[in-house]
Amino acid sequence: MLKKTVLNSAHRALGARMVDFGGWDMPVNYGSQIEEHHAVRKDCGMFDVSHMCPVDLTGAECRPFLSRLVANDVAKLTVPGKALYSAMLNEAGGVIDDLIIYFLSDTRFRIVVNAGTADKDLAWMRARAAEWQLDVTITPRRDGANALAIIAVQGPNARARVWQVLPQLKAASEGLKPFFAAEVDRYFIASTGYTGEDGFEIMLPATEAEAIWQQLKDAGVAPCGLGARDTLRLEAGMNLYGQDMDESVSPLDAGLAWTVAMKDARDFVGKSALTAAGQQKAFLGLVLLDKGVLRGHQQVITKQGNGEITSGSFSPTLQQSIALARLPLGVAIGDEVEVDIRGKLLKAKVTKPVFARNGKAVI
Amino acid sequence: MSNVPANLKYAASHEWVLLNADGTVTVGITDHAQEALGDLVFVELPEAGAHYAAEKEIAVVESVKAAADVYAPLAGTVTEVNQAAADAPESVNQDAYAAWLFKMTPDNVADLDKLLDAAAYQAVADAA
Repeated sequence: MLKKTVLNSAHRALGARMVDFGGWDMPVNYGSQIEEHHAVRKDCGMFDVSHMCPVDLTGAECRPFLSRLVANDVAKLTVPGKALYSAMLNEAGGVIDDLIIYFLSDTRFRIVVNAGTADKDLAWMRARAAEWQLDVTITPRRDGANALAIIAVQGPNARARVWQVLPQLKAASEGLKPFFAAEVDRYFIASTGYTGEDGFEIMLPATEAEAIWQQLKDAGVAPCGLGARDTLRLEAGMNLYGQDMDESVSPLDAGLAWTVAMKDARDFVGKSALTAAGQQKAFLGLVLLDKGVLRGHQQVITKQGNGEITSGSFSPTLQQSIALARLPLGVAIGDEVEVDIRGKLLKAKVTKPVFARNGKAVI
Repeated sequence: MSNVPANLKYAASHEWVLLNADGTVTVGITDHAQEALGDLVFVELPEAGAHYAAEKEIAVVESVKAAADVYAPLAGTVTEVNQAAADAPESVNQDAYAAWLFKMTPDNVADLDKLLDAAAYQAVADAA
């Protein structure tokens, strides 16, 4: 039995093509994935991401808990509302999940974790809190009476459309710099996203989600499926858990070194393994020079040895195929490599792992 | 509800087949298949002159989302390919029955009788 978000019937009423996405019945598109992609780059689109799980942490020892739990350093969170992207690692340094931590007060943090990993994440967090004997209460907010829905409204016109529908959020969110959040009564509005565009992720009581979704649609926000979300995040060079990294992959080999705070004395789960292993692979972008489409698991042949594509698709912004790839150390931006696509070796160019943001190609 | 023209034959693997007056057959993917795949961005066609057994991979269609094999609906030799479909993959989304992929001369034209008629294919598409 597939799980459903509170917006499931709204998606079906819009004629969405529904797919099984990690056990969730979710819209992959409402017609044309490419049109939805362009709507976000050029105007404004919205995604139901209520399958992702908000987790509230409360208690006197949230900070010491998070300081040991995740690879990035919550000491960077000094201003209430600030958000931090981090990986949560196992002892071997593999990625259990990637998540966003919002700092609300010293006794209250909100974490948003991936849909398919939420159960294991919660079990892991609770086990660590018990093991370390810290005063932290862990409360998932995806189900039950206090369930939250999450609607991501993204694109250059996202702010204006959100304020049109939810004017009471304008004062609190107008001055939000990227990667901040504000709470306005029962709404939580964050300047975060997974598209490389301006916009908000809004958490709200699940009971209100369908009405707000409809009002946003009436305001001209294009409903967008998880298909467009994937090509948008790929163009923006953002990792997808389960494809670009998982429990067997170090964040240092997945382009996430910038999220790992290794240098100070702080200890965190997985740190000793990362220190011992160091970086073993380069995580880079590829642009296909020949015709075809790059896909996950295709082999990449380089002068330094073979690598593998972790995520690939067609880029609607660049109008050619792009990919994220884990390659041997020593492969450099600008190198020409070959990709094995169904037995044919096609030429690709190595790029930095970001292709388009804010409506434009960046390579 | 996808479009399944009554004048065509179908393979359960979602190809349509039209018997031409000259004894060749024209092959494409069905409306149901293009809809399931979503926006097509790449089409790889066979070489004219190549021979394929029935149900062998003969072409590839790729959408933003996924790559799908196209299978030879019957044994035969490719006589012509539709380069226009490869140059504009979105034409297959726009009209899957106009944007054919290739033509072939069947080894045995009676093999057409083994394919599905429109009603039988509609049942396959509905069950998918």
